[in-house]
Amino acid sequence: MKILVPVSKVPDTTSKVAFTEGNTKFATDNVTYILNPTDEWYSLVRALEIVEKEGGSVTVIHQGEADSEQFIRKALAIGANDAVRIDAAATDGYNVALNIAEYAKDKGFDLVITGKETIDYNGFQIGGMIAEMLNVPYVSLASSLEVAGGKATVSRDIEGGKEIVEVSLPCVISAQKGMAEQRIPNMKGIMSARTKPLAVVPALTETLTSIKVYDLPAAKTAVKLIDPENMDELINLLHVEAKVI
Amino acid sequence: MSVIAYIESNNNRVKKTSLEAAYYAAQTAKLLGTEAIAVALGTHDAAELAALGQLGITKVLHDANARFDSFDSGAVCKAIATLAANSSVVVLSYNQNGKAIAPRVSVRMKAGLIPGATALPETNGDFVVSKNVFSGKAIAHYQIKTDKKVIAITPNSLQIVRGEGSAAVEAVSSGVSDADFVTVIKSEEKASGKIALTEAELVVSAGRGLKGPENWGMIEELANLMGAATACSRPVADVHWRPHEEHVGQTGFTIRPNLYIAVGISGAIQHLAGVNGSKTIVVVNTDPEAPFFKAADYGVVGDAFTVVPKLIESYKKFKASSH
Ligand SMILES: Cc1cc2nc3c(=O)[nH]c(=O)nc-3n(C[C@H](O)[C@H](O)[C@H](O)COP(=O)(O)OP(=O)(O)OC[C@H]3O[C@@H](n4cnc5c(N)ncnc54)[C@H](O)[C@@H]3O)c2cc1C
Ligand SMILES: Nc1ncnc2c1ncn2[C@@H]1O[C@H](COP(=O)(O)O)[C@@H](O)[C@H]1O
Repeated sequence: MKILVPVSKVPDTTSKVAFTEGNTKFATDNVTYILNPTDEWYSLVRALEIVEKEGGSVTVIHQGEADSEQFIRKALAIGANDAVRIDAAATDGYNVALNIAEYAKDKGFDLVITGKETIDYNGFQIGGMIAEMLNVPYVSLASSLEVAGGKATVSRDIEGGKEIVEVSLPCVISAQKGMAEQRIPNMKGIMSARTKPLAVVPALTETLTSIKVYDLPAAKTAVKLIDPENMDELINLLHVEAKVI
Repeated sequence: MSVIAYIESNNNRVKKTSLEAAYYAAQTAKLLGTEAIAVALGTHDAAELAALGQLGITKVLHDANARFDSFDSGAVCKAIATLAANSSVVVLSYNQNGKAIAPRVSVRMKAGLIPGATALPETNGDFVVSKNVFSGKAIAHYQIKTDKKVIAITPNSLQIVRGEGSAAVEAVSSGVSDADFVTVIKSEEKASGKIALTEAELVVSAGRGLKGPENWGMIEELANLMGAATACSRPVADVHWRPHEEHVGQTGFTIRPNLYIAVGISGAIQHLAGVNGSKTIVVVNTDPEAPFFKAADYGVVGDAFTVVPKLIESYKKFKASSH
């Protein structure tokens, strides 16, 4: 079983979101980066579990500049066998998918497991794009994944519930909560990560979208406090003022 | 070069998220001086499809192939791309299925995608569409650089307006063959009678402040009365007080209901990330310093165990008087 796990690095949720250069660039000063949570906790760990059971290897792939390597090393410390860095900043979802698909197309991966979304640009898109580029089945928003006999069995979210679906390998899956439990890298993992292979490959440059400008949502008006004894008033406000009931 | 809206139905009713897509497509077509055409695949009710005319759709292309009733992202993608061959923009909801379809359509049509648009496009000059980023902490205005475009809209981000009109429903074949369906659906599990969280307009949510799963009766009672869906914070789902389908936030679902009532939830940034797009937020918490009050429109500083029962009584009175 050969599994490819695309991982992203993102600002920690508690980071201050601000912009520079006329609101065209995200201000990275004082921002702490982390591995994207769904990638670190769910897709990577599930890939490792599958390989531990079935044999094979897990390759992590990341598009980003050289300062991303510490995050790639963290994925190696958690247990991935080797890593690839596509040497360019990630600015457009299509471009990232294109580069991952370009790398993957002739390597014989059985599975590509992405996270459902990155917590910075919230795209939910890279997995589906890779699937279409590689012309393989895609199952999105998967909360469980089993592989056996050349097939993947996946629990996928639908409105108000889930469905169990089966697709043939090779395929692309996007992972979310439920798929695995977070693993904390141990000392042995951290030591061995230093010497695991990390290849750097050049990037294709084609993009389909770009961000022109950012802005911040309108500030919330101050909360209206309501006497806990007077829920009639709350209901009335929701009806008359907010018009939501 | 028309604008295409992709339509889904559930139990023969067009989904609310698809009504939003139809309306968005019609408004975009107006901006571009063209017509809006809907694409519907699989089993749909003809009258429901014709009624899309009220939202500004002129024509519905309906491929009634029942194989589409089992969802397959690749087959749907191929069908949309085929039927949209002469269109410039494809609009669909970024609901659960949309998240699987839209990225594929983007690649297949070489059309730049906005994954989760929250407003109509700006079409004077560059084609620009806004989308929430950083879990709602900012808005990015994306330019789509390609001639063809895919816009996947965030559920509940625009108010639809109905007018007059009826769309002509035309039976078509989207050229998809049996071999294009590669997903086998083994089983489906739906909480029956419950309102789907991601589609709900009203949501009642509770967190660790409720102390234990046995105390959720009042939350469910309030939700049932209001016709609301129930949600919860992550720790509550993690310890299985509530099912994981209810977990909202950065690692759970992102929702934008008209009303979000949060009971006994502190309002951590990771929780807010999933709910801060809600139109109106009500917070019930014993701690006046709880961060959630900063994100709330209405706040009740009080004990959930006395406030929620009072709220239920007040809502009952309101309902009785308004009927
Ligand atoms: C990477 C990461 C991702 C995360 N993702 C998510 C996510 O997706 N969703 C999420 O929810 N969390 C997420 N979290 C966890 C988040 O940081 C908080 O820990 C969590 O939201 C807290 O849940 P809570 O508000 O239910 O519990 P608590 O923080 O324990 O708050 C309970 C609240 O209840 C109030 N309370 C107590 N008793 C009563 C009473 N009788 N009546 C009324 N109020 C009462 C208290 O004052 C308190 O404010 C994430 C954390 C990390 C690090
Ligand atoms: N720069 C990147 N490098 C590698 N993988 C990425 C990158 N950005 C996103 N991904 C993958 O795509 C998934 C979905 O991201 P997105 O579609 O951008 O929300 C993430 O969870 C990662 O698995």
